[in-house]
Amino acid sequence: MGMRKVAIVGAGITKFVRRAQETGKELSWQASKMALDSCNLTLDDVDMVTLGTAPDAFDGVHMKGEYLSDGAGGIGKPYMRHFVGGGTGVFSPIHGWFHVASGMADICLVVAEEKMSSCHPHPAGAFLTIFDHTTEQPLLPTLMWIFALEMNRYMETYGITKADIAQVSVKNKLNAMDHPSAQVAEKITVEDVLNSETLCWPVNRLDISPASDGAAAIVLVSERVARRLTDKPVWIDGVGHAIDTAYWATRDLSYPRYVETAARQAYEMAGITEPDKEIHIAEPYDPFDYKELHHMEGLMLCPRGQAAQLTADGVTARDGNMPICPSGGALGVGNPIAATGLMKIIEIFLQLRGEAGKRQVPGNPRCGLAQAWGDLMQMGTVVVMRN
Amino acid sequence: MAITEKITNTTTPTFWEGAIPVRYVYTYGLAGEKFFRTVKDKGTFLATYCEDCDISFVPPKVYCDRCFNELDSYIDVGTIGYVETFTLSFRNMDGSEKEVPELLAMVRIGDTDGGLIHYLKGFEIDEIGIGMPVKAVFKPKAQRKGSIEDIIGFGPLK
Amino acid sequence: MKLEDFELRGTNLKSSDFKTGKVLTTEWEPDLKYAWDDGVAIGRYLAELGKGRIIARTCYKCNRTMLPPRMFCELCFRPTDEWTFVKDTGVIETFSIAKVNWDASRRGPKEPPLLPAVIVIDGASEGMGIMHMLGEVDPKDLKIGMKVKAVWKKAEERTGAITDILYFKPVAAKKKAKKKAAPKTRGKR
Repeated sequence: MGMRKVAIVGAGITKFVRRAQETGKELSWQASKMALDSCNLTLDDVDMVTLGTAPDAFDGVHMKGEYLSDGAGGIGKPYMRHFVGGGTGVFSPIHGWFHVASGMADICLVVAEEKMSSCHPHPAGAFLTIFDHTTEQPLLPTLMWIFALEMNRYMETYGITKADIAQVSVKNKLNAMDHPSAQVAEKITVEDVLNSETLCWPVNRLDISPASDGAAAIVLVSERVARRLTDKPVWIDGVGHAIDTAYWATRDLSYPRYVETAARQAYEMAGITEPDKEIHIAEPYDPFDYKELHHMEGLMLCPRGQAAQLTADGVTARDGNMPICPSGGALGVGNPIAATGLMKIIEIFLQLRGEAGKRQVPGNPRCGLAQAWGDLMQMGTVVVMRN
Repeated sequence: MAITEKITNTTTPTFWEGAIPVRYVYTYGLAGEKFFRTVKDKGTFLATYCEDCDISFVPPKVYCDRCFNELDSYIDVGTIGYVETFTLSFRNMDGSEKEVPELLAMVRIGDTDGGLIHYLKGFEIDEIGIGMPVKAVFKPKAQRKGSIEDIIGFGPLK
Repeated sequence: MKLEDFELRGTNLKSSDFKTGKVLTTEWEPDLKYAWDDGVAIGRYLAELGKGRIIARTCYKCNRTMLPPRMFCELCFRPTDEWTFVKDTGVIETFSIAKVNWDASRRGPKEPPLLPAVIVIDGASEGMGIMHMLGEVDPKDLKIGMKVKAVWKKAEERTGAITDILYFKPVAAKKKAKKKAAPKTRGKR
């Protein structure tokens, strides 16, 4: 395609917490500084900066991109913000990839930040206005409704139970116990999930990731720079993103077609024809436990309706044949929206380098994938990486 | 092919009204907490300084935005500043007219590179010149809460 | 690099730290109000709701009858062609039993749960659902695939709003043989 190869060479992350004392700028700096330190670069070396952050209405800062620019290292440099709702964090490396693959930059710092705790009474309230102002808002919807509606439809279509789905929450919260950023890591059982407060049936409290504050950052470089900096570059071999209609009630809620479209782009670019065999490890977006299953199917990692069975069989456990969310995911590490997606990219980066510590999956994985999803449940973003 | 529906009734456009009903509670951050604590308790301003870039920040930052150094020592830079630029505002935030026009200035603090935007108090507009020294006027200590409103404005040195 | 080799930052506060003033904060309540123009398609949609009818819009190219109505077809990317009245009955595509309000606050013990649903309206194309509420039903009896019918506000109380339909209620369906349908996906649109 005439594009240059792009590698990830460094990563940084903050702890994910419910209420951070740090400002969004300070969180951004903490993650960005760590990312540059991790690959022995300085801000001076950086050609371009991209920043991912979800709605301004979370942080309560209008033009959040501009506000965060100094903490993200953007001062005096080409600096761009991108935003595709919950899909933002995996769009971040795609945005950075554009800069480096095109030849515009040799070194691009990619930063993602979210500070949801500023929003009261609850960040969920900021979502009221993502619904159509005339035909939906008067019904006073909450974001949880559409998840509950989608989860119910998914269960009905494939004959899956709440207990089948709860296993995802159990697995991810357990995996997160080994992640130093984790906010809600704990050892729980399927019964704990089923007995937790019912919020919007079929969604219980432990089916959902928390609201979080946090930031993450990675360093993307061209092949020439990568060879100079490290003997363990992780290559971004495929990227894809796609959006579906905003008339969400007219979509097939049992299958995320937009994720499949995005995945097909990324697979084609990476030369992947059998994703279930060629992808060894994946971090699909899991803000709700059923979404991990939904997304595994959209990513064609398993046939439709089969993801719950794979989970029950332990295939998606950290020591299973296809580890899914070995980081602990949004359900365990926490969900500062944009930063979560980049946390997933960082997890694959570390896993492919064999540097994931206690979270390391066995078998030297060579190919991994991270995916996020967002806007009005309509945006899919996919990145395929290899070592 | 053009728009197929012609709007003939233009006198009663219909619309739907609403709001985004949220409010925000912001923390000041690591550096902001120190800065406003000191305003509240001591009535003075703190700065941070990056030796490598020879640049100082008021309000302070925990990092240098030029080189990303961590800045963790805080310097008391006093309460005297210099008018960097000023304006006379006749309008409130919502566009309505102010009863009494207000003088606003950007005040560079001490010999730092940073400064605050605040009111000028106790001046007529023709008394003000760019570069003139001014001094922060604080609310009485008991009334301070640790916010930008603890500062009434900047007034004459004496 | 390993994350474990770094001292990860991020200072977690407790909610009590705010109440006791351990951390300084500042508050802001935005005072912004909006008037959103209905536009052509939704303007007519609301006007018809005020008359107790549901109107859709049809694209001759893909033959979809779309709800909510729109003046352009987002798939064919051309103007839509015709106004089409649809029924005020439909089928529950999916539903939830919600015990939280829009701001994530919990509904009180005496407040009934809210019953949001996606309802595919009869007369619109397959899968053309709208979000609305269910009512006059015990939540335990709700099932995907149930037939429902709109319950309208009284004519004199209607304002030309989506809330002119109070909710959809199940219509007594013929007793179906009780057998579990094999799972199947909906066809591609």
